[in-house]
Amino acid sequence: MIKAILIFNNHGKPRLSKFYEHYSEDTEQQIIRETFHLVSKRDENVCNFLEGGMLIGGSENKLICRHYATLYFVFCVDSSESELGILDLIQVFVETLDKCFENVCELDLIFHVDKVHNILAEMVMGGMVLETNMNEIITQVDAQNKMEKSEAGIAGAPARAVSAVKNMNLPEMPRNINIGDISIKVPNLLSFK
Amino acid sequence: MALKIVKGSIDRMFDKNLQDLVRGIRNHKEDEAKYISTCIDEIKQELKQDNIAVKANAVCKLTYLQMLGYDVSWAAFNIVEVMSSSKFTYKRIGYLAASQCFHESTDVIMLTTNQIRKDLSSPNQYDTGVALTGLSCFVTPDLARDLANDIMTLMSHTKPYIRKKAVLIMYKVFLKYPESLRPAFPRLKEKLEDPDPGVQSAAVNVICELARRNPKNYLSLAPLFFKLMTSSTNNWVLIKIIKLFGALTPLEPRLGKKLIEPLTNLIHSTSAMSLLYECVNTVIAVLISLSSGMPNHSASIQLCVQKLRILIEDSDQNLKYLGLLAMSKILKTHPKSVQSHKDLILQCLDDKDESIRLRALDLLYGMVSKKNLMEIVKKLMLHVDKAEGTTYRDELLTKIIDICSQSNYQYITNFEWYISILVELTRLEGTRHGHLIASQMLDVAIRVKAIRAFAVAQMATLLDNAHLLTGNTQRNGICEVLYAAAWICGEFSEHLEEPMATLEAMLRPKVATLPGHIQAVYVQNAAKLFATVLRGQEGAPADSTVAQETSQLLIDRLPLFVQSSNLEVQERASCILQLVKYIQKLQQKDVEVAEEVTALFAGELNPVAPKAQKKVPVPEGLDLDVWINEPPSGSESEDEGRKSKGKAVFAKDESRHTKPRYTEVDEKELAKRREVRKAEQANNPFYIKASPSSQKVYQDGVGVEHIPVVQIDLSVPLKVPGMPMSDQYVKLEEERRERNKADKKKKKDKKKREKGEKGRRRRGDSGPESEEDITPAHMVDIVTEEMPENALPSDDDDKDPNDPHKALNIDLDKPLADSEKKLPVRSHRPDEVLKSPMEDRQVVEVVPEPKKKTGKEKKEKKDRKKSKEKKKKHKQEEEEDLMGAGSEEPVQPEETKEVAAPPPASTPEASDLDFWLSNAPVPSNPQAAAAPASTPRTASGMAAVAPDSEPEEAKDTEPEETKSSTHKKKKQKKEKKKKKHHHNHSDGAGDESVQNGTVEEEEPLPPMSNYALLAENSYIKMVCDIQGNLQDGSQVVVSVIFENKCDSFIKSMEFNVLDSLNSKLQRPDGAGPHDGLIVPFQLPPGISNEARFIFSVQNIVMPQKLKGTLTFIVKTDDSSTHEKLDFKLHFTCTSYLITTPCYSDAYSKLLESGDLKGCSLKLEGVNQPFHHLLARICFHHHFSVVERIDSCASMYSRSIQGHHMCLLVKTADQTVSIDAKCDEPGLLGNVLDEIKLTFSQC
Repeated sequence: MIKAILIFNNHGKPRLSKFYEHYSEDTEQQIIRETFHLVSKRDENVCNFLEGGMLIGGSENKLICRHYATLYFVFCVDSSESELGILDLIQVFVETLDKCFENVCELDLIFHVDKVHNILAEMVMGGMVLETNMNEIITQVDAQNKMEKSEAGIAGAPARAVSAVKNMNLPEMPRNINIGDISIKVPNLLSFK
Repeated sequence: MALKIVKGSIDRMFDKNLQDLVRGIRNHKEDEAKYISTCIDEIKQELKQDNIAVKANAVCKLTYLQMLGYDVSWAAFNIVEVMSSSKFTYKRIGYLAASQCFHESTDVIMLTTNQIRKDLSSPNQYDTGVALTGLSCFVTPDLARDLANDIMTLMSHTKPYIRKKAVLIMYKVFLKYPESLRPAFPRLKEKLEDPDPGVQSAAVNVICELARRNPKNYLSLAPLFFKLMTSSTNNWVLIKIIKLFGALTPLEPRLGKKLIEPLTNLIHSTSAMSLLYECVNTVIAVLISLSSGMPNHSASIQLCVQKLRILIEDSDQNLKYLGLLAMSKILKTHPKSVQSHKDLILQCLDDKDESIRLRALDLLYGMVSKKNLMEIVKKLMLHVDKAEGTTYRDELLTKIIDICSQSNYQYITNFEWYISILVELTRLEGTRHGHLIASQMLDVAIRVKAIRAFAVAQMATLLDNAHLLTGNTQRNGICEVLYAAAWICGEFSEHLEEPMATLEAMLRPKVATLPGHIQAVYVQNAAKLFATVLRGQEGAPADSTVAQETSQLLIDRLPLFVQSSNLEVQERASCILQLVKYIQKLQQKDVEVAEEVTALFAGELNPVAPKAQKKVPVPEGLDLDVWINEPPSGSESEDEGRKSKGKAVFAKDESRHTKPRYTEVDEKELAKRREVRKAEQANNPFYIKASPSSQKVYQDGVGVEHIPVVQIDLSVPLKVPGMPMSDQYVKLEEERRERNKADKKKKKDKKKREKGEKGRRRRGDSGPESEEDITPAHMVDIVTEEMPENALPSDDDDKDPNDPHKALNIDLDKPLADSEKKLPVRSHRPDEVLKSPMEDRQVVEVVPEPKKKTGKEKKEKKDRKKSKEKKKKHKQEEEEDLMGAGSEEPVQPEETKEVAAPPPASTPEASDLDFWLSNAPVPSNPQAAAAPASTPRTASGMAAVAPDSEPEEAKDTEPEETKSSTHKKKKQKKEKKKKKHHHNHSDGAGDESVQNGTVEEEEPLPPMSNYALLAENSYIKMVCDIQGNLQDGSQVVVSVIFENKCDSFIKSMEFNVLDSLNSKLQRPDGAGPHDGLIVPFQLPPGISNEARFIFSVQNIVMPQKLKGTLTFIVKTDDSSTHEKLDFKLHFTCTSYLITTPCYSDAYSKLLESGDLKGCSLKLEGVNQPFHHLLARICFHHHFSVVERIDSCASMYSRSIQGHHMCLLVKTADQTVSIDAKCDEPGLLGNVLDEIKLTFSQC
């Protein structure tokens, strides 16, 4: 079982948090902070596994994390998951994000956290891995987005126009604060088919 | 209306959407909280509007705020509103918000039940999908109960997308609503073979999660998973299955044997590291489970260790980490294989990665021996010095202590060294583990008598230098050590060289800055020291003023403690102060007080086991739940209530702690634990064997005086603080060992005697042989911890009572009871549910059915199901083909149900599993596999040999040789079965016969061949076995194996029998009474295959002979000839009997009924063991043993027409007498004749 999935940036700002067990908001924040603390002080080129310790539910759990450019992807899993398997899953997740957002960067995650959630929902459900095939995931996500678009129809058009205008009006918004895209360095792990 | 929509959307344009919110927050970095609170106000306004789009937008923003840590539970109702929108866009937003912030105590959740049900049955698969995803995050027991049925329906949805989600969510449903597990399980099992890999993977996922917590309930699925493992190519699925097997093997070692080979193959073949790693892990688990039974798996261990070494040496840190992790598992059972890689592991200690260092530390724990302990600890001490960051250093510290103290200080040869290590550890800055060091000091000093003098000296030094430890208030963790030091100096003060100095050190004003509990110990032990000092001073001829001065010292210093704010310190100090004042008065009168003062502290304080209190058995007649005094009535005033509260709580507490412990642990468990404990004690060289009172043992101090204590080399500077001394001990120890070795060489003649002595002292030493040479510097007596008399040996499992998985410990193999077959359906189910009635009905129909269906049921199935069914059937057969004889026949459950009274232990699955497992090794040896085909005499040979080896197998008393031969036979048998299935495959009408053929498979005895030669010529050989048909009372099944003996192809075989009045060959509809049956296969040279023929019989009282002919065409390259072979089928009366188990009570009732007629038989000169005889009767004549007492046994069988047949077999001096009873005397007589014949033949 996956207990939680967290994405935060190099400064510990949460970009996505998905807990598969209930915690109060305060505890969740504390967990994110602690996890960031643990993860961030590790060097590059050390192993991606961390003993969960006191974090989510005791010593049986492990933190499996990967660092892409400005973002940390952390999965907290129990002993029934394969460590290397989850590493591959993170890779699949990031690659899927990359496909869905076309060169994903931190900003995409910042402004479209709902979309990230929807993508994640096609991969992991209730803490269990639902699908590992990237094409399948993308197909389903696209199909749902299409549905959304067709529902918005004419009524959606002005809203889109307005949001485009809004974006224009705010010079600081565009990619000048782009903190580098999550260019994926694929390590030597063999990913799942 | 349209206008309104447009207006609404225009309004919306200027609402803040999620992006705007995020942007806003980013623009208000300095007053973020304030900005967000205004946003929340806006959101509240938006939520009040009617427009669902506005609401959805607000909820979307709330979801984001929730991630930032804002409580949004106040909007729960609005979230439900958005969830119930008909538009997918909004629905998705609603469900996402719900999944992020709903939980079990969210009260609006109960409003969602109908909405979710509606979404689940929506025609749009994404509505359903979104609902399932959301539900998986916030499912509650109520939701689970109400929706279980709907979700189960979805498990058979046409779209795999929905199916896989429905399958996955079932796990959550099971957790919340355990009652659903049994009804849903058959369908879940079915999904393991879903055509869609995603669904299959989901099902594997769920079952693995379930099985991880309660593995034994899922053992019966092992064959199915085994098949998946050998057929699946999806690494995710493989990993899950292999992990599952890792959990199952400890329960069933035979499974492990079966797994080793395919796993080893996977290890060699896979390129995916993740899979390889999991394989290695499971092989390790298998080896661990086998380690007790099979010693010869060193090759597999070597393979694992070797692969792990490769992982550890890899530059990828992840692999290194995992390699170490897996290595630690091997370590537990095969420490030697790991110890050879010590270099590698020590190297990992230097790794820059903390996770890896920690793993390496874990490994070191198991690698120490007497020989290398000092060396390893020395290395670790170096690391302690180098380590940055307190967490890692603390970890090192605990590991050092763990390593040294493991299994009762088994590896410590020199306790002086250990004490000095502990003292060195006290110099660690800022450690949290002061109490750990302290408790070790106490433990060693108390339990190792020989070391006390040294320990006391060291502790006195510590006390003297207490300022070093307490100098910095930040380092308060370490001052715990002073607690131990003070206590040791006080308690064992007789060993102190300068008690006066220590006393003074303990009464320094600085002590008052220590934590209260340490001060208390100081005060108390100062009193003990005082007693010792007094005795020393009075014993000496010096004048009494010295003694008085000592008293004065105490009187001067103690008031400091009397003023302490700590009650404990204050109380003790006051008492002792008064006492000393009194003593001083006596001293002034020249009274000798030393003796009396010492008496205050006489007696030893023995260590008490931590669980001792719990284990004091409740005396008989004491009911801890009964009130000692009636509780005060509720009308009493509040004040009094509060007063008595303390007592009440205490009383309750006590009963809670003690009572259940004894009720929960059952006898068997207790006995087992006792055994384990005894074994442990037997292996512990330091354990003092039980003597009447454990306290006495200590008092006796067995052998401490006799043991030659090596002179402590006083060149070791004991009193230099701040200088590491343990190194010197290492050197000393090495020298000592050298000396010992040299000594031994000299005293070769003496050696023998010595060794004998040593052996006696160190019985059961488990250390490696090479360690024999290392004699401990101090022969130590480690005092065991005290336990109360009659303590119940029990180890508490301490399982979390709140573990949700406890409720899922459900026996899944039991057939479903009628009441269980359906999940509760709520009666007030709303009509608006969109599900088609067709689909609904299908659910009800399918749910209760177990996966396997009988042919009869099949016919009743609707057409649309037929094709599906067929596919399934087809699959099952494939499975059988793959697994050899392993898997069960589809009809098995049905069959066992028909059996009158199946023995309780053999539920269908269990026996099937046994059967599957009993075929342990997969036929890998091509020679063995080919044997039945290539050797012409195999079948008949088997029939001849089988009876001999079979009883041995049953009783399991023969040496291995026989076993291996039976193994071989099994393989052959298996091979044959494969063919059977193959045959069924091509023969559509063969259904019935498959069912019949499995009768023998149910027998607890290993399947042996009953095949007898039917006829033979130069082309072909026929052997046959005749069995009654369980299902139809008037049918007999003849299985014939045809074997091609010539070099030519045999085809167009036709089997024909001349029917008699009583027995007729069953021919397909439309065939004439004299037509032959075409055998549905051809035989290439050297191949054999089996066909089955069904005969209907009317009268089974008499044996029958039927004449028959087999015609066939022998085809060579250039020509083909017609040939024929005549045979005689002999239906003995035995072949009408069916092995039927019978309970002894039912059996005696049957005999009492008086319906049975008797008959008896005497056999002379039978000289075989009784159990062989019984096995023979069981095997050849289809009986089962009801009860056996010494040389007397009752047996039972039933004919296909329901006649009961009872035998009472007695044996005495080569004479066997059989008294038989049956309700059909004719049949009985004939059976007895046949039994007689059997025994006359051997």
